[in-house]
Amino acid sequence: MNPLKRYLPLVDDEEAFLAACERPLPYVVRVNTIKASVERARAALDGEGVGYEPADWHPGLLRLDRGSAGATWPYFHGWLHGQEEVSAFPALVLDPRPGERVWDACAAPGSKTTQLSALMDDRGLVVGNDNNLGRLSALRSNAERLGVTNLAVTNQDARNFSLKPFEGARDGHRGRGENGRGDGGGDGSGDGDAGGGGNGNGDGGEGADGEKPADPSFSAFDRALVDAPCSCEGTCRKNPDALDEWTMDHVRSVAGIQKGILRRAVQATKPGGTVVYSTCTFAPEENEAVLNHVLREEACRLVEFDAPLETSPGVTEWDGEEYDPSVERAHRVYPHQNDTGGFFCAKLEVTA
Amino acid sequence: MSENDGQVFDRLPETPDDREVPGRASREEVVEWWAERFGVDPNRFDGYTFWEKGAGKIWILSGDVADPIAVEGLGMAFLRTRQEHWKPTTNAVQRFGRAATRNVLELDGERAARFAAGEDQEVEWDGDWGYLVVAHELAGDLEPIGVGLYLHGELRSTIPKGRRESLAEL
Ligand SMILES: C[S@@+](CC[C@H](N)C(=O)[O-])C[C@H]1O[C@@H](n2cnc3c(N)ncnc32)[C@H](O)[C@@H]1O
Repeated sequence: MNPLKRYLPLVDDEEAFLAACERPLPYVVRVNTIKASVERARAALDGEGVGYEPADWHPGLLRLDRGSAGATWPYFHGWLHGQEEVSAFPALVLDPRPGERVWDACAAPGSKTTQLSALMDDRGLVVGNDNNLGRLSALRSNAERLGVTNLAVTNQDARNFSLKPFEGARDGHRGRGENGRGDGGGDGSGDGDAGGGGNGNGDGGEGADGEKPADPSFSAFDRALVDAPCSCEGTCRKNPDALDEWTMDHVRSVAGIQKGILRRAVQATKPGGTVVYSTCTFAPEENEAVLNHVLREEACRLVEFDAPLETSPGVTEWDGEEYDPSVERAHRVYPHQNDTGGFFCAKLEVTA
Repeated sequence: MSENDGQVFDRLPETPDDREVPGRASREEVVEWWAERFGVDPNRFDGYTFWEKGAGKIWILSGDVADPIAVEGLGMAFLRTRQEHWKPTTNAVQRFGRAATRNVLELDGERAARFAAGEDQEVEWDGDWGYLVVAHELAGDLEPIGVGLYLHGELRSTIPKGRRESLAEL
């Protein structure tokens, strides 16, 4: 069964949608601003005669006139990273600031992790987690080539992620928070920034400025990204197998995992902090239904935001189910809208 | 904690006097090594912390975390110590080598390409022997490619196998 047919009732232009899904995807690189400015990276591509067209919604995303950039000098220097255009969207929505602590719950192979680091000027801390050790080694080598230094890598099941390694072993830290949120203070750790509670937009007052915070341990994040495992029909332009392998059973089982990971991300983030949920599937079971579940179970709400590219709102009804009306605030990206892969992205605020 | 534990990252002691684990480099020595060898201003490393996991491998982390810390990876592999000649990594030199003012060997287009491909070559160099920052001109500025080992008139490329690439002669 071609799963794309399921989603025809959701799209505005069925023919354009199906036609776009058949077309191969342009090859896109993201300029890694940790190592080079967009200008310099473009000059290096010019110097090697590589043609490109910047995405109209983001100057640091370049659509190349060829299928790979691997054998170019700017790639060798880690100035470029091959990344599907639309996959640069969620890190921009998360909008992390230099000096913050950010959790990337499903991080491998690290396209978004390294983008988060770049958005943070490589300051503060990104914790890149994945339960797949093999994929983590790809994340590590990508991060090293791109010159990322503000990354800690963990190998846990994100559904019951423990912050214990980051809490330190001193008295007063031991034995707390192993399975829940840091309660934002009460540990007398002297970490002025973390103790504030409700301060989700980080003032970047600590980090690589020379003055070390008194205590570098912490028990909750400022922001979290859940770029969840999914049934991936949105990647069909790159990987048509995603459609052949599609089954309803897989949708159901992966939705359970998505709910678990997103719940944990809300728990592990400070009140006032931001959590972004993204997938590359069109299935409402894996998107709006997951949000609907987590809205019910955890202290959070969906936040409205503007998307830099053309999108459609989240759907509030599917297959006889109705979802919380606020799921409309999520954004769906269909391939024909911006000539990209398919995508889903939602922004949540942690409320308690 | 006076042993070197291969499973966790330990923050380097500030100075040799603070050392508890025998043989472990101190932050001061690491920063001084970059200053002495490559002329990198020690301030370049303000806001970074240095960590050892296993014997001699030093990682650089922007900012700080609890010490010791048991994680899969921390920051970027930076420097190999506990051997006679300390050796920076390719990625460290690419990231921090722009600040180098000493022991920087510039290659022309053809030689730079051979170096990136992992080839050894004869070069004229009357500076120090040992590990050098090897750089080339790219997009209007000098850019470090990686670490070369200069001995007896020969420049050896230490670009790791997985990073070698056959690139255009600019
Ligand atoms: C869509 S991919 C992530 C892509 C990545 N964010 C990037 O931009 O390069 C989903 C990832 O989730 C990981 N994963 C699946 N189940 C997980 C779990 N329970 N806990 C943590 N990671 C999980 C998979 O190994 C996979 O690497």
